[in-house]
This record gives sequence, structure tokens and C-alpha cells, in this order.
Amino acid sequence: MNELDMKEKAQILDDKGMRRAMVRIAHEIIERNKGVENVALIGVRRRGVPLAQRLAKYISEIEGTTVPVGILDITLYRDDLTTLANQPQVHQTEVSFSVTDKKLVLVDDVLYTGRTVRAALDAIMDLGRPEVVQLAVLIDRGHREIPIRADYVGKNVPTSRKEVISVKLTEIDKEERVIILEGTE
Amino acid sequence: MFWQRKDLLGLKYLSVEEINLILDTAIPMKEIIGRKIKKTPTLRGRSMVTLFYENSTRTRSSFDLAAKFLSADTIGVAAASSSVAKGESLRDTGLTLNAMGVDVVVIRHPASGAAEYLAKYIPAAVINAGDGTHEHPTQGLLDMFTIREKKGSITGLKVCIVGDILHSRVARSNIWGLTKLGAEVRVVGPATLMPLDIEQMGAKVYTELTPALEGVDVVNVLRIQMERQQQGLFPSLREYSRLFGLNQARLELTKPDALVLHPGPMNRGIEIDPQVAYGSRSVINEQVTNGVAVRMALLYLLTGGEYDAISH
Repeated sequence: MNELDMKEKAQILDDKGMRRAMVRIAHEIIERNKGVENVALIGVRRRGVPLAQRLAKYISEIEGTTVPVGILDITLYRDDLTTLANQPQVHQTEVSFSVTDKKLVLVDDVLYTGRTVRAALDAIMDLGRPEVVQLAVLIDRGHREIPIRADYVGKNVPTSRKEVISVKLTEIDKEERVIILEGTE
Repeated sequence: MFWQRKDLLGLKYLSVEEINLILDTAIPMKEIIGRKIKKTPTLRGRSMVTLFYENSTRTRSSFDLAAKFLSADTIGVAAASSSVAKGESLRDTGLTLNAMGVDVVVIRHPASGAAEYLAKYIPAAVINAGDGTHEHPTQGLLDMFTIREKKGSITGLKVCIVGDILHSRVARSNIWGLTKLGAEVRVVGPATLMPLDIEQMGAKVYTELTPALEGVDVVNVLRIQMERQQQGLFPSLREYSRLFGLNQARLELTKPDALVLHPGPMNRGIEIDPQVAYGSRSVINEQVTNGVAVRMALLYLLTGGEYDAISH
């Protein structure tokens, strides 16, 4: 079902809530890695990219160090290409630093089946051999189809499979909030 | 927008949106070519055959590598060493390959229209890698990709194609594609090598090199195709070189930042001076890299799960 045909069921986060969650994740990344030496962020297109850039900004405000940010397009690594009616458009992967021996934090907006993260891990391994890969997501909505979990979660949201989590970011959507959508009968 | 066609037969048939989709898809593909590990799993389990009835080094190896970088399996059939030599027809050869489960057939053939003929009879996707004097769409696309990458946009550029326009499928694909994207295309060459219908394709015809080169942003130098020059359409290679060869002095007539393209293989010293071919304006080697990227993009787009098969 198209998002446009669905109605809003509830708001999960407003702009302040999103900011608090992301700032907390920034702190957790610093704490877990004992600083940010050798840490780099990789945003998964599309909404993982502005989120990764925000995390880099918060980390720089807290630690006074800038961490590199890369952009990953996972289209060529999707596991459903042979089943789709049309080939999805491929966009560019822009990782200007070597990922080898880095502590990478993969950033995405919603963790659901885990298939996107699986594809992203394969894409990263083709770029080099990181020391460690961690996963940060704004929303974890459950319903995993493969064994993957996040290291940093903004908010856990129990959902039904019929619902859709819609993350709106200023940079892309001109608004800032997270809502649950449900189908109209 | 999504890709809807089964085949790529020529740029004449494509819309501006379709050309841009191919060129846009080639950008991320080029990034893969620059990696240490040049491989993505995208076309795992797909297969491509190159069916070549004419000689080729770059087009054939370019398609082969493009498919391999995306994990497709490839085989090459050269007509001279195949059942074609026993008299098998193009249609039967195509059906045989199709029955083996091939997803994409890349064909080069001396007869204009051969790719379209094959595409009609087999369900596999057909890519035209040059048919007679008709079209060579992937060469046109890689030329356009190279120009767009260097100049930012094709709209409003002046492009001069120099050489044997009559026998050139590269010229035809360039003219169709570049004019669709809003470039002014000039063609120049000996009058005997200028087809009568070329103006109807949207190109401006020149018979002298000097006015044709004045103020252009791009010069695309065509190869003198020795194999198609048995009829004495120009007196000698020396005269051709003197009148239409691109040298440093003539290059000064173009814009200071003009690009020099050549589809290869070059006859150095005939249609292009070595100083120009290896000079700072030459993008001839980048064209080769971009050729792989454009072909990766096409293989990706043409092997989509299902398509609303528009025949061409």
C-alpha cells in the first residue's frame, strides 16, 4: 500500500524527541568506542545519510573531533532484485576514506526485517575490511527476518506488519517527526 | 522513471528520459570500476553472450568485463569459429543461445538491422554492439557520458564529428543521442563520404574542416575504416590526412577547453595526430573506462525482473 493512502495512527517522536535520541546515540558511540579515534560513520541511502551527518555533528560538539561520514547505496546488493517488476534506480556510493581497520558505525532510519542491513554489510565488505561494524538506528520496529540486531537504538517501537513507520527529516521532507501509519479499509 | 524496454537497438528510439536514466545509472557503476574489489553480486545467476560477426577488441572485452563486474556469467561466440561457418542462420543461432538460457545477447553484425531482426525472434534481451552502418548505441552513450562528465551538461554544446560519416554507425548514434539532449551537432568529411540524409537527422553539414571546428566544445574524430574503403571514395590516405586530420594547429580553432574524443582503434598519423591523441584535451582513454560503466548500467537495466516488453 502506498504511504499516501494510509492514515496517521500515532506520532512516536517530535523534533525534540528525535534530537534527544540522536544526541544520546552520539554519547553511546563515544562511550562504547572509548573516544572516536578510528571511528567513521556510514549513512545508508536515503534517510540514513542526514542522520549520519547529524551524529557526526553531535560527536564533534561533544568530543571536538570530526569523524568522517560516508554514503552507502545498497541497491546493487539487494536480495529481491530478481523479484521486482522494475530495476530500482542505483545511486552513488560515496566513501572517500578507506574502511579497512576502521570502527564503522552504520546508520539507518528504521530497522525492520534486517535485509537492508545485510545488504549494507555486503556492500561494506566489498570496500575493504573494517575492524568492527556497529549499527545505529533511529527506530527499531521488530519483525526481523534474519539474525541482525542494532548496537544503538533511538527508540524501540512495537508494530504490526500492516503498519508503516514514516521518518520525516528536515533535509529531505521539510518536516521533523516520526509517525506510525496504518491502512484505511 | 523505470526502464521498460526489452532491448537496446539504437539511440534513435530512446526518449531523453531513457538516455538520462542510462547515463545516471552509469555514475555509480563507474565508482565500482575504481574499487580494489571490482565486483558486486547484482547479476548473480544471469548470463550474457557476445555474438560477434565482426572483429572487435574493446567493445567485446568491455561488455565481458561489465558483465563480470556485476557477477553475470559470460560466453563469447565469434562467428568465424562457430556454426555460422557451417551456414547456420542468425535466427537459428539466436534461438540456440536463447534455448541455453541466456538472458542477454550482445550482437555485432555487418548488416544494418541485424540486431532488430534478432530481437524480434528471441525472448532474451538484445543489445546492439554495432550493426552495419546503422547504429552503435553503446558507443554513442559512452561518448555522451564522457562529455557530460567533463562539461556538466550536454545541452547547448557544439560537437563536431570528423571523418567518414557515410560508413559510421558511431556518427549516427552520436547524432541521434546528442541532438536529443540539446547539443548542436556538426559533421564534416569528404563530400563522397557524406550521406545525403544526414541533415534530416538534425546535423549541420560541413565539407571543410576549418569552419566546422570553429568554436566547438567537443571534437569526435572517427576512424577511417580501411575495411569499408574498397571503393575509392577518396584519393589517398595522405590527402585525407592533409584535409581532415586533426592536428594541434587545427585544434586551436576550437574552444580552449574543447575535448577530443575518438572511438578507437586509432590510425595515428592519419585521422588524428599523435600529439593530439596523447595531449591534454584527449579523453580517449577515459572513454574506454566509461564504456565499461555505461555497459554495466545497461546490463543492470535490461535484466530487470519483468518488463512491459516494448519490442524496441
